[in-house]
Amino acid sequence: METITREQIIKPENLVYKRTKLLTDNVMHYCPGCGHGTAHRMVMEVVEEMGIQAETIGVAPVGCSVFAYDYMNIDMQEAAHGRAPALATAIKRLMPEKYVFTYQGDGDLAAIGTAETIHACNRGENIVIIFINNGIYGMTGGQMAPTTLPGMKASTCPFGRDVAIMGNPLKMTEIVATLPGTCFVTRHSVHTPANVRKAKRAIRKGFELSHAGKGVSFIEIVSNCNSGWKMTPVQANKWMEENMFPFYPLGDIKVPAE
Amino acid sequence: MKELRLMKGNDAIAEAAIRCGTDGYFGYPITPQSEILEYLMDQKPYETTGMVVLQAESEVAAINMVYGGASCGKKCMTSSSSPGISLKQEGISYIAGAELPCLIVNVVRGGPGLGTIQPSQGDYFQATKGGGHGDYRLIVLAPASVQEMSDFVSLGFELAFKYRNPTMILSDGVIGQMMEKVELQETKPRWTKEEIVKMSPWATTGKTPDRERNIITSLDLDPARQEKHVMKLDRKFKEIEANEVRYEKINCDDAEYLFVAFGSSARICQKSMDIARAKGIKVGLLRPITLWPFPYKPLFELAGQVKGMLTVEMNLGQMVEDVRLAVNGKVRVEHYGRVGGIIPTPDEIVEVLETKIIGG
Repeated sequence: METITREQIIKPENLVYKRTKLLTDNVMHYCPGCGHGTAHRMVMEVVEEMGIQAETIGVAPVGCSVFAYDYMNIDMQEAAHGRAPALATAIKRLMPEKYVFTYQGDGDLAAIGTAETIHACNRGENIVIIFINNGIYGMTGGQMAPTTLPGMKASTCPFGRDVAIMGNPLKMTEIVATLPGTCFVTRHSVHTPANVRKAKRAIRKGFELSHAGKGVSFIEIVSNCNSGWKMTPVQANKWMEENMFPFYPLGDIKVPAE
Repeated sequence: MKELRLMKGNDAIAEAAIRCGTDGYFGYPITPQSEILEYLMDQKPYETTGMVVLQAESEVAAINMVYGGASCGKKCMTSSSSPGISLKQEGISYIAGAELPCLIVNVVRGGPGLGTIQPSQGDYFQATKGGGHGDYRLIVLAPASVQEMSDFVSLGFELAFKYRNPTMILSDGVIGQMMEKVELQETKPRWTKEEIVKMSPWATTGKTPDRERNIITSLDLDPARQEKHVMKLDRKFKEIEANEVRYEKINCDDAEYLFVAFGSSARICQKSMDIARAKGIKVGLLRPITLWPFPYKPLFELAGQVKGMLTVEMNLGQMVEDVRLAVNGKVRVEHYGRVGGIIPTPDEIVEVLETKIIGG
């Protein structure tokens, strides 16, 4: 039988997909199976395809994606925990010609940064907010998040979230959709190729709408945390489909009138 | 031609901000400094110089807006009063850690807690010794007149950009609310994009092909690198201490006694000095203008000349610790202060000088 060599496979005509140049060569610190890497790539692919590397300023949060600026090859600022929308507000108002986005996790955006998120959305800042919701504090070791599901276990609710004691999960995306300052509010995931493509289209749409002065584009990506959830990546994706999606249904919540 | 105007201290800060080419002001209302935001909103500089003025949802948001704007190399400022400045401390620490230039105005009121809305100098420790977490310093300017409220805006920005460090104007309710004659500076245009890129090549102005990406952060999980960074900050602080001490000496040449006071207390001490000198008491005044870096050296020199020093502060004794450090036991230093929003009278200060220092 004839063997096919590596050289025979790796040829320009066989190349169907490659990593965007707007991701740096730094090795990502994310756990295998985590959605952050894919979400980072989607944002950077959009920036590359739109040709706006020199026009884009990103704001990183505190949380697992605190080092987003190590991977995204654009000018970036690292915010204090929860304050990214305040930074983005000033950046966009002082440099209105730029594309400005924040990249925030659920603890950052929906707990400590609730005020900054809601007021930036309500003022209608022309920024994009990428919200990664995995229902847990990953970086600090798996504590309960504002988005942890009822009954879901975390290190600070080891017997499951009892809403009578710990309160209810917060649906920030539904909340900001009620505010006049948001133009596009949508929820996606990046756990299958089809979902990745949809999420990327939403990110691009958000960049375009906010840059056109329509207000905040708010894109939630429901993601997994296999380490925090104590599952294999495959189990985590399945658990996310079965438990997270019914509570946080995917799809557009608010779209601008055509 | 000189442009003179009768102005309130807070209004003078706002007018000076427009005139010195400030790019962004972000604030939240709090007594006794709300006139700064009100004046700016009334003047609408966004229609003339293009300055952004925004009422934020909190002092926390306002200081973080300053962080975002300062990271772009823009001249950004905020103002507040004591309880609001406490809220800003997180942001101030991040700004100092990330080495960003900006201007923070504190029109101090009585504390602790909600305290009063009347004047105080109770935030001296907070301004000069930290306030936020970690090893950092603020350049602290203490105006004693409405003229200095105006002048210290451009000076504050100048020092902030020279050293890439936040500057604080530590004023108080007296200076903020009183009206005096001010000579206004000429209006300077805001910096152009090209000027900002040239002046602040570190700023997040958009990654162009000719340079690496710019990252503004105060985070480094590698202890060796973080130590290197903090030591670099320390070298900068030592340079500021060597170059930027500012103070005013009045009637010190023949002084046998010395008042040490800043801000509105220094104004009151000027009157006390006149009363005392009319009685034949040779008293002088040293007024620190920079509270950090503090004028340790001139105070040490005067310690060999005078028989005693009295610090007058509207607090329970904060700057007095720096004065005692300065004189290093060489001369007696006492403190006199009123708190809770009470302003000392010139006569009671003279009485304290006579009883505690001269007769003490």
